[in-house]
Amino acid sequence: MDVGFIVVQSLSGLASASALFIIASGLTLVFGVTRIVNFAHGSFYMLGAYIAVTVVPWLLEIDRSPTLFFTGVLISAIAVGVLGVLMELLLLRRLYKVPELFQLLATFGVVLMVQDAVLKIWGPVDIPGPRAPGLRHGVEILGQRFPAYELFLIVIGPAVLGLLWLLMHRTRFGILIRAATRDREMVGALGVNQAMLFTGTLFLGAALAGLGGALQIPRVSASSQMDLSIITEAFVVTVIGGMGSVPGAFLAAVLIGQLQAFGVLVFPKITLVLVFLLMAAVLVVKPWGLLGRPEAAAGRAALPEGILAVRGFGRVEKLIAGLAIAAMLAVPVFGDAYTVKVATEVLIFALAAFSLNFLVGNGGIVSFGHAAYFGLGAYAAGLLVTKGGLPMEPALLAAPIAGGLFAALFGFFVVRLSGIYLAMLTLAFAQIAYAVCFQWVEVTGGDNGVVGVWPSAWAASRQVYHYVVAACAILAIIALRRVVYAPFGATLRAARDSEQRADAIGIDVRTHRWLAFTLAGGAAGLAGGLYAFSKGSIDPTLLAIPLSVDFLAMILLGGIQTVMGAVAGAAAFHTIKDIFMPLTDFWRFLLGASIIALVLVFPRGLAGAFAGWRA
Amino acid sequence: MAGISFTRRAGLAAGSAIATAALIGARGSAAQGAPVKVGELNSYARMAAFSVPYRNAIQLAVDGINRAGGVMGGRPLEFVFRDDGSTPGDAVRVAEDLLTREGCAFLAGTFLSNVGLAVSDLANQRKKLFLATEPLTDALTMAQGNRYTWRLRPSTYMQTRMLTEAARGRTTRRWAIVAPNYEYGQSAAANFKRLITASIPGAEIVAEQYPALGRVDAGATVGALAQARPDGIFNVLFGPDLTAFVREGNTRGLFERRFVLSMLTGEPEYLIPLGDETPEGWIVTGYPWEQITDGPHKAYIDAYRARFNDTPRKGSLLGYVTAQVVANLLNKANSLDSEVLVEAFKDLRTDTVVGNVTMRALDQQGTMGTWVGETVLRGRQGAMRNARYADGADYLFPEAEVRAARRG
Repeated sequence: MDVGFIVVQSLSGLASASALFIIASGLTLVFGVTRIVNFAHGSFYMLGAYIAVTVVPWLLEIDRSPTLFFTGVLISAIAVGVLGVLMELLLLRRLYKVPELFQLLATFGVVLMVQDAVLKIWGPVDIPGPRAPGLRHGVEILGQRFPAYELFLIVIGPAVLGLLWLLMHRTRFGILIRAATRDREMVGALGVNQAMLFTGTLFLGAALAGLGGALQIPRVSASSQMDLSIITEAFVVTVIGGMGSVPGAFLAAVLIGQLQAFGVLVFPKITLVLVFLLMAAVLVVKPWGLLGRPEAAAGRAALPEGILAVRGFGRVEKLIAGLAIAAMLAVPVFGDAYTVKVATEVLIFALAAFSLNFLVGNGGIVSFGHAAYFGLGAYAAGLLVTKGGLPMEPALLAAPIAGGLFAALFGFFVVRLSGIYLAMLTLAFAQIAYAVCFQWVEVTGGDNGVVGVWPSAWAASRQVYHYVVAACAILAIIALRRVVYAPFGATLRAARDSEQRADAIGIDVRTHRWLAFTLAGGAAGLAGGLYAFSKGSIDPTLLAIPLSVDFLAMILLGGIQTVMGAVAGAAAFHTIKDIFMPLTDFWRFLLGASIIALVLVFPRGLAGAFAGWRA
Repeated sequence: MAGISFTRRAGLAAGSAIATAALIGARGSAAQGAPVKVGELNSYARMAAFSVPYRNAIQLAVDGINRAGGVMGGRPLEFVFRDDGSTPGDAVRVAEDLLTREGCAFLAGTFLSNVGLAVSDLANQRKKLFLATEPLTDALTMAQGNRYTWRLRPSTYMQTRMLTEAARGRTTRRWAIVAPNYEYGQSAAANFKRLITASIPGAEIVAEQYPALGRVDAGATVGALAQARPDGIFNVLFGPDLTAFVREGNTRGLFERRFVLSMLTGEPEYLIPLGDETPEGWIVTGYPWEQITDGPHKAYIDAYRARFNDTPRKGSLLGYVTAQVVANLLNKANSLDSEVLVEAFKDLRTDTVVGNVTMRALDQQGTMGTWVGETVLRGRQGAMRNARYADGADYLFPEAEVRAARRG
């Protein structure tokens, strides 16, 4: 390889890194101050691009000058910043008093709504933006041609970094941002107007995302899928750099940019997973990211989020549970074939969601990659039936074992971390598992998956299979519920509320969490196996991020403070989706809107609202 | 839930009743009686650029068919459209809904290959006909083919072969491949490697790039391709990936003095966003609708433009042909029994707007073709030059290969 090529390839990597840094810096600022895992950050990026492809050509009509081009870019960034402020004022502000995870759910609702709003406003066809006047050409560097606009991007990343540094160190607003990132409670206690600080941070964060999107228009066309393609990568950058650390994000972006640029030469197919491998490696070695710091509040006994009082079932609860089980068992008798199908899926998702809430609500272990164990269970069962020639029964036994084994393997590393870093490591492992299923075509069938995963003859009818699922799911939920009430469950809650104190009274926190992770993985695996046989096929979407997010949405809708909330949440989420999907092409908008409405009306979830009403 | 599903069904019934009434009012000979329902599921939310024009054209064709007397001796034809959620899990549930609650006689549609395969397997399990319209994967009619699944559109293999045969007579030896990293891209690349040596003896692959779908790192990819110094490039990227790749390649001079074969790039869905950046001289498959000047195809284009105030896309053409084939199938079978329908589909010839389309019984693949031509810049828009319709019948899998793949 000649020097010219290496230099130019490295410059390409720097250009991508610059673009990525601008977006990720906004995300890391917002997280640092507000502790919100803002899924809508990708939507702000997309809106920035769409607004820019609308505004910039209009400005260029007046005069094709670079000044007007960059004026248009800045206008787009500010417009997106204003949208960020709107989101903070109308939505997030109402949610600061509820568990932090609910804000995540609300921003997920915003993602869904923005996706459809963009389709409605700008139409489904990708919109290419204009090239930047004066920067259309290529520049000769060591015998290779390199786009001038990318040279400009390479400069703008460090420039944004410098401006942010000035803002953070020379202005009161910036100093408050840094203070809040270090210790939010202390800033509040000192009498700083937190509402203003949060609104300002959201403006800055969203504007940076919008700027990132608007700067991309000479390179990529605005399309309605760009939000999800950027958000995971932006998360990875912020986590590798250390959440809340702007220089860390810059370092991580440069690292990822170079890795991509040279990675494609050696492993042309690895782009799918490269960043996640890097993130997993960094987090295993440096649990707070490259330049991140342990949270100042980490040692304090924080107000616990999750299951608080594990009261047993009273008479009303017993009645409701009995009715629910009876209704599920009666569906095949009274319902039509399709109702049976939906009820089967509700049961499966109820088990998966329950196992997730066992981790989140009971153990304080927030997993962003729970679908991995669901999917691995499905793959184990599906491959044993189609490739191994086994019947359904042993394959269904293998599903929880596979889910549990992989959960034990990944969990060994996961439980060493805490908080958002733990969540991101679960996401990284889920993506690695996803990439293996996606890429290992000979065994897993690649993204086409494997078809022909049908139940044994005796269970082939929808009705009989419904009873199979009902028996497995209900028994598994009852068993897991017993674990919640057992000393093991109480130990997990103790470790969740104060790791130090639990440790001080002689609890081996890590081992307990590891066992809990394995158990939850096994239960999710069982749900995945049941799902595979109800669909007849397996494919990588069963391990993918959207399904993990669906599971999170289910437990949050149900309420993570109650033991049975996850079940109610699964039923509600799946039913809402099933009602809206046939109604309109814009079902994602309705789904997002109803999630937001539910979060606002029942800020502690459906079951939480019920518990409040009972009390 | 029961209440809501009741209103949903009632709403649909009311809607179709109004539509039927309007049609009867329009012409005396219009279709009457219970409608024949076809369950159509597609990625209307996620792949709207393709699927909305597709649905529009089906509506256009179905209205025409019903005005002319419907199907099966006078019954109105009705497509029930549903979003497939773009995942196999959602699609299978929606398909069950269409078959059980909506009472559809059979299924049609789907966009993504994994969704198409999952629905195809469900159709096989439930013994219902499934006409896959858009999924391109070869597996659907080859290794994973089954008795109940038929495909209309030319498959990945067929379209790759159209391009490699268009390269016949060239002397381009050193080839680079760039394809999205999922089944469609991988199998197009595999087909290309197999077929290119038949057209250009001694051709070799000097570089391969497989960026993740929707996330191409265009600078790094273009750099890596240029470094291999190929004489020709086989491109499978489409959509936003294609725009980013082309812009980067234009600025860096990747396409200068290089022969490029490119899948689907000539389809309006993907050509329009390229705008004035459309590179000239690429050999592409596509749909140059503006060059159709006569016959029923022109009549359909005019009707489409008049009704939807939009130019037709490749999706529109596919939708229109789908409705024509379905109507012909129902008329020939004159029954809604799955087994009768499957038998009727075997070697069914339909006179469509693109000419004759036969559903080959051997691999259950339709002979609908596509256009092959050269990209050219006309004003600020890309177009196709020297385009010719490549009849799918000439590019089907060899019979021996089908027999080997579909054994068992």
